[in-house]
Amino acid sequence: MSMLKIEGVHTFYGNIEALRGIDMEVNEGEIVTLIGANGAGKTTLLMTCCGSPQATKGRILFEGQDISRMPTHEICHLGIQQSPEGRRIFPRMSVHENLQMGASTQDPKYFDDDLEMVFDLFPRLKERISQRAGTMSGGEQQMLAIGRALMGRPRLLLLDEPSLGIAPLVVKQIFETIKKINREKKVTVFLVEQNAFHALKLAHRGYVMVNGNITLSGTGAELLANPEVRAAYLEGGH
Amino acid sequence: MSSAFASSRTSGSEIVKELAFFAVIALLMSVMILGVETVDRPTGLELAVRWDLVLIAIGSTVIGRLALIVRREGISRLAQAILITLAAVCVFEMFVRFREMDDRWAPPVVLDMAFGSVSSMIVTLCFLAIVFAIAYFSMKEKSAAEVDESTKLSSKIQVAYRSNTKKIGLIGIIFFIIFPFLFGENRSAIDLATLVMIYIMLGWGLNIVVGLAGLLDLGYVAFYAVGAYSYALLSQNFDLSFWLCLPLAGIFAASFGIVLGFPVLRLRGDYLAIVTLGFGEIIRVVLINWYDLTGGPDGISSIERPSFFGLAEFSRRVPEGSIGFGDLMGIEYSSMHRLIFLYYLILALALVTNFVTMRLRKLPIGRAWEALREDEIACRSLGINPTNTKLSAFAIGAMFGGFAGAFFATRQGFISPESFTFLESAVILAIVVMGGMGSQIGVVLAAVVMIGFPEMFRELAEYRMLIFGAGMVAIMLWRPRGLLSFRDPTILLNMSKKEKVAGEAK
Repeated sequence: MSMLKIEGVHTFYGNIEALRGIDMEVNEGEIVTLIGANGAGKTTLLMTCCGSPQATKGRILFEGQDISRMPTHEICHLGIQQSPEGRRIFPRMSVHENLQMGASTQDPKYFDDDLEMVFDLFPRLKERISQRAGTMSGGEQQMLAIGRALMGRPRLLLLDEPSLGIAPLVVKQIFETIKKINREKKVTVFLVEQNAFHALKLAHRGYVMVNGNITLSGTGAELLANPEVRAAYLEGGH
Repeated sequence: MSSAFASSRTSGSEIVKELAFFAVIALLMSVMILGVETVDRPTGLELAVRWDLVLIAIGSTVIGRLALIVRREGISRLAQAILITLAAVCVFEMFVRFREMDDRWAPPVVLDMAFGSVSSMIVTLCFLAIVFAIAYFSMKEKSAAEVDESTKLSSKIQVAYRSNTKKIGLIGIIFFIIFPFLFGENRSAIDLATLVMIYIMLGWGLNIVVGLAGLLDLGYVAFYAVGAYSYALLSQNFDLSFWLCLPLAGIFAASFGIVLGFPVLRLRGDYLAIVTLGFGEIIRVVLINWYDLTGGPDGISSIERPSFFGLAEFSRRVPEGSIGFGDLMGIEYSSMHRLIFLYYLILALALVTNFVTMRLRKLPIGRAWEALREDEIACRSLGINPTNTKLSAFAIGAMFGGFAGAFFATRQGFISPESFTFLESAVILAIVVMGGMGSQIGVVLAAVVMIGFPEMFRELAEYRMLIFGAGMVAIMLWRPRGLLSFRDPTILLNMSKKEKVAGEAK
């Protein structure tokens, strides 16, 4: 059964139609990636899943429940957490406090175990525990953003461009960890990326978005082999 | 002097241009403010023109600018010190003349003073020598080592402050508790301390809204007013006692906080500030115009004084059926008892405010306020309800404002809308900002500086505000982020604390 089902979603910014009828689904246990150029609407789709902005038309079902009209903060309580575009950590709060904020929807009894789990995945965060989050490097901040989302014990994790502005070596590390989160923690991952090569290699399935429409879909390997995808997103870059 | 500036010498004509430019600006600024004056003559009010003041103002500006140019070009320390001394003399002359209120041409007062008598000559010379010395030595360029030393010192002070916050706080509390014993018979000292304490409490209350939740509120005085009027009206119309009205005033103020909160939920920064400013004014204007209820501009007078927890009264003539505080305690009647009691009352209220704030910061709601200040979108995506979080910040901040207001009403015995002008909001906000956003001890320091000092130096009359302004500018120059401007993580992991101790032991 599909965990997240998006049916004919249209989203507007004022008069501008950013999403023009999106249909896609994410099955339980999968890593699904959405690739596309700048301004295609990838982040908009991710944010629409979180209810900010809300979809004008269409339905978004999470485990059979329509969430397209719910306010953002209630959607998280269902088990969806996201690491937003640009990381959006709390720069003047410490790493520990940031992680506490992530756990704010959860029962405090899980906190210590979850903290241990996040530190296992990102040992760097443990070293930085009392440091102000804003003083860390981009890669560390991205780890913190993902760690913060994990503290909310999600069953579906939405990741928006975790590779943005980060050194290639660290990108590789972060993608390894995403794989680990999916495999070992049984968290379903919906990954939005511009870095198509890495994302498609990692993902079970992928979608390609152009101008607010889904134009292609298939398994990660299929899309990687697809000449159109290669021409548009892979050649030149890699 | 230093050769670093030698390459950037400006030509003579450029300097003249620059001086002329500043002379014109000085003329424009001074001609209306200093140059024209209304004089009370037997025939009625007349306009008098004070060209001498304008001239001196322009003169001191030009001389001062010249001193800056000399400094910039690195010509001579001696010359710049002389110029600064001259400018200071001009400014002094201007003030003396300004006070004289005389439109006849008179010889410079400074000359009069310098050559009037031997003693005044000595005083003048001493004054000049001091100004000269300050100008001469303060212009000395700091070597890299000295700069390093001074930054080291300030970071040392910071470290000392950080590691001893609790002790400093405790010493402060003890000082304020024994304060009436130190100045027990000095009525004005107790009055001043009570006033400062009111502002400390207001500062702490506003700190919840501005410092923690990051919602810039320019109308905080509205809640202060709501608290004061709710106590005054409840006690006059329903004959309720202060102790019953205090929580009610808090509840009323908190509900006004929520009323203000709802329409401004989506606003941030400047827009929020303007709306809250408007709200503060609305409350004040309603108080002025709703004559039947509030007495309008006449205010409400003879508000009931608080009793000693309902056990005893503080007045000399005790009404039937109750006893005096002196009789209860077995001491002689003194009018100071009530003042000292009021002082302890506001001290207790302020400490409660502080305690609650400190506790709230450690609770999820306080953490949510701080996170909301940092990033609202991230907060929402983590499952925090921004509506409730913001409203609770407004409500709790307003509640403490209401408590302070009720106290203000019972202390003054008389309230009118005049006590709740925008200036009050500005002063409270200035206390929070100057103290360093979110710093509790900073608020105390800033309240003492902002309220205590101007009151203490009331003898300086109109120069008081001048010095006050200069002080504000100085703080903004040297401590632009507030007197105590750093935020520590509220909670450190126990583990890291142990590690720290271990590290120190090594």
